[in-house]
Amino acid sequence: MNIQPPLLIVNDVTKTFPGVVALDKVSFDIRPGEVHALVGENGAGKSTLMKVLAGLYKADAGEIIYKGEPVHITSPLNARQQGILLIHQELSLSPELSVAENIYLGAWPTNRFGVLRKSRLNKDAQAALTALGADFGPNVRLGALSIAKQQMVEIARANAFEANVVIFDEPTASLTDTEKDLLFATIRNLRDRGVGIVYISHKMDEIFDLTDRITVLRDGQVQGTVQTSDTDVGQITQMMIGRELEAFFHRAKASFGAEVLRVENLSNAAHFRDVSLSVREGEVLGLYGLVGAGRSELVETIFGVRQMDGGEIYWKGRPTGRLTPRKATELGMALVPESRKEQGLVLGQGGRANISLPHPDMFSHATIMNVAEEMRVFDTYKERLEIKVTGPEQVLSDLSGGNQQKFVLAKWLCAAPKLIILDEPTRGIDVGSKSAIHELIAGLAEKGLAVIVISSEMPEVLGVSHRIMTMANGRMVREFLGEEMTEKNLIEAVSHDAPRETLAG
Amino acid sequence: MTLINVQGATRDGNATLTWLFRNHIWLFLGLAIVIFSLASPYFLTVNNISNVLTQGAFIGILAVGMTLVMIDGEIDLSVGAILALATALAIGLQESIGIWPAVFVGLLSGAGLGFLNGAITAYSGIHSFIVTLGALIGIRGLVFVYTGEDALMVPDFSYTEYAEIYLGPVSITALIFFTLALFFQWVLSSTRHGRETFAIGDNIEASHDAGINIKRHKIINFTICGTMAAIAGILLSMRLGTAEPNAGRIWELWTIIAVVLGGTRLTGGFGSMWKTIGGVMTLAVLRNGLRLLNTPNYVELMVMGAVLILALLLDRLLSNHTEASG
Repeated sequence: MNIQPPLLIVNDVTKTFPGVVALDKVSFDIRPGEVHALVGENGAGKSTLMKVLAGLYKADAGEIIYKGEPVHITSPLNARQQGILLIHQELSLSPELSVAENIYLGAWPTNRFGVLRKSRLNKDAQAALTALGADFGPNVRLGALSIAKQQMVEIARANAFEANVVIFDEPTASLTDTEKDLLFATIRNLRDRGVGIVYISHKMDEIFDLTDRITVLRDGQVQGTVQTSDTDVGQITQMMIGRELEAFFHRAKASFGAEVLRVENLSNAAHFRDVSLSVREGEVLGLYGLVGAGRSELVETIFGVRQMDGGEIYWKGRPTGRLTPRKATELGMALVPESRKEQGLVLGQGGRANISLPHPDMFSHATIMNVAEEMRVFDTYKERLEIKVTGPEQVLSDLSGGNQQKFVLAKWLCAAPKLIILDEPTRGIDVGSKSAIHELIAGLAEKGLAVIVISSEMPEVLGVSHRIMTMANGRMVREFLGEEMTEKNLIEAVSHDAPRETLAG
Repeated sequence: MTLINVQGATRDGNATLTWLFRNHIWLFLGLAIVIFSLASPYFLTVNNISNVLTQGAFIGILAVGMTLVMIDGEIDLSVGAILALATALAIGLQESIGIWPAVFVGLLSGAGLGFLNGAITAYSGIHSFIVTLGALIGIRGLVFVYTGEDALMVPDFSYTEYAEIYLGPVSITALIFFTLALFFQWVLSSTRHGRETFAIGDNIEASHDAGINIKRHKIINFTICGTMAAIAGILLSMRLGTAEPNAGRIWELWTIIAVVLGGTRLTGGFGSMWKTIGGVMTLAVLRNGLRLLNTPNYVELMVMGAVLILALLLDRLLSNHTEASG
């Protein structure tokens, strides 16, 4: 179809981080005037590859050939000067500056006294905007624009700097349907003018709508590049999965008791809407969805960290009313948050102090801390969870991620909760600790706890759950049970694009 | 950049309202003037207004430099001490090297110390709060050493006549403040350096990725801030004819209060010299008005504290309002 020589060739690029091979001899190319999709599961290496191209990371090995010459991309500025532009998932703009100033940030035209040549700046910016069909002027304050229009400003940089390659990283994550149409029109506009476009997305319908070729990454390796017109969702999904479920997952025996938590039509205007779910004693419920689907916000709302805007939460059949983290803890809920460094632990303190933190009543009498009790609980959990720590006062920042995570678990388990919610419980943890945590989850369920596990790692969510609910764009998509719990089904469910506009207001 | 403020205040209909929300300080200033005019017959007289302008100008000149540093997302606590050193040098050196060379050395000391503040902040990565807190203590110590803990006297009192130059009712001190404020407003709005100040305070990573030299940029603004403090110090020395080792004590706090009162954000990326003029004048009117009403000093402090918190609460409420509406 497209016989022009590639604009940019990536040749055997390898990038390792301590303990992980993020990119393993990755090769692919971008032709002028094509939209090239890059797909893969979370952690497949897409973002790393893009950061190498944009000058944020330096490759360990391999070469990048750009316009027929090998190049070294040393910084984001350097990438931009060479004509390679990365459009981040999170926009890198300054809301207080004008549209024109944002487009040309770092390269403003000035006279020799350093005075801005505003008319020139605005004229150039206007040209870049007109080429995109933008309906706003260069003089507007950026912060006054919608996210989609701010994104257009970032794309206008492609025109302004005459970019040859533009990389979009999940650009539709926070757009409404109409805004998405605008974005796609913009991308097609760039493509028709001979720009090579890399489009990273999880959403299959977008990929099939927009792109010419698809390259699939898995575990840092390229699984193949295909013409979009010659393939279908099934084949791409197969290429993305293609691996055996790891054997070490340990699922709890299915023996369920009474319902512990039921949520009906729960909404939080900015993040999710009309979500209903329930979980029983002894049951592990998996919540699967892409980053930004609203899973963490959902459990944070259930736990009372965020305010709910509608719906009802029932605890053992009784409506709870508005919850706060303290009330939720008293009911018997526990939430192990996604980012243990920010939300989970006080890293500058020892295990003893961290364990007692959320349970002042359990560990103190008339506000005086009961240190002996703290010590006893510390010792119990150190043994039970096999935490590698020198003593109750060793500061947690000295411990490995796995051992830190065990302290987060200890801190919640010591209050004997009835429901434990685990948000990405094994993120950033070595394999050994991972399987220990998986075993622990199974053990808790077998003792009759209700468990909700959020995970972006498909094998994990499939391995530990009795039942899986999928979320996309702030909505529950489908529930899967038993035989239906397959990688293929989950990917298809979350790639399905639920309507978004109702959430943006 | 959340989903909530996307639809934001784009509609032109409430543009005036939005402007008012972003410039609430003028409401406060207007209100303060009305109240004091009603409360005291001496307030709205040419003589008194002239006084207010001059009294406000010293904090004002410090605030000009502080505004630049704060839009960058930094802070400079050492301005009061730098002012004192410039005052001491400008007076103390007159006997040995003459009036204008002494004034020049005073200015140079401010620029140099500002440069040092900026360089240490930019290159060490230590927060400017700490760096300039150290500078505040250290420089004040230096002032005491230099003055021998006593007030220095100007050898020739004709030096104090420069402060008596007036343009109509406006003193030279006030004129210099307004000139500097307007000049740096132009710098902020029309020069590359000025606009980059907003970019850096707003989104330092995007600025860095865009190739802006952040270290050099911050050093320049700290140098300007130090120089402003020295200018205020020189003007103070002309006005008083003496250099007290305690000159300008806690003025850094009044300066920060004036800038923040104006609406410039401590977190950086947002502000203007117009706001700072508004903040400085509001502060000056309040202090002057309360004194005309014979308010005891401690009541004055309580009122000022309350006004500061109120103004910021209002700012917070209004900015939430503008972001949530539409």
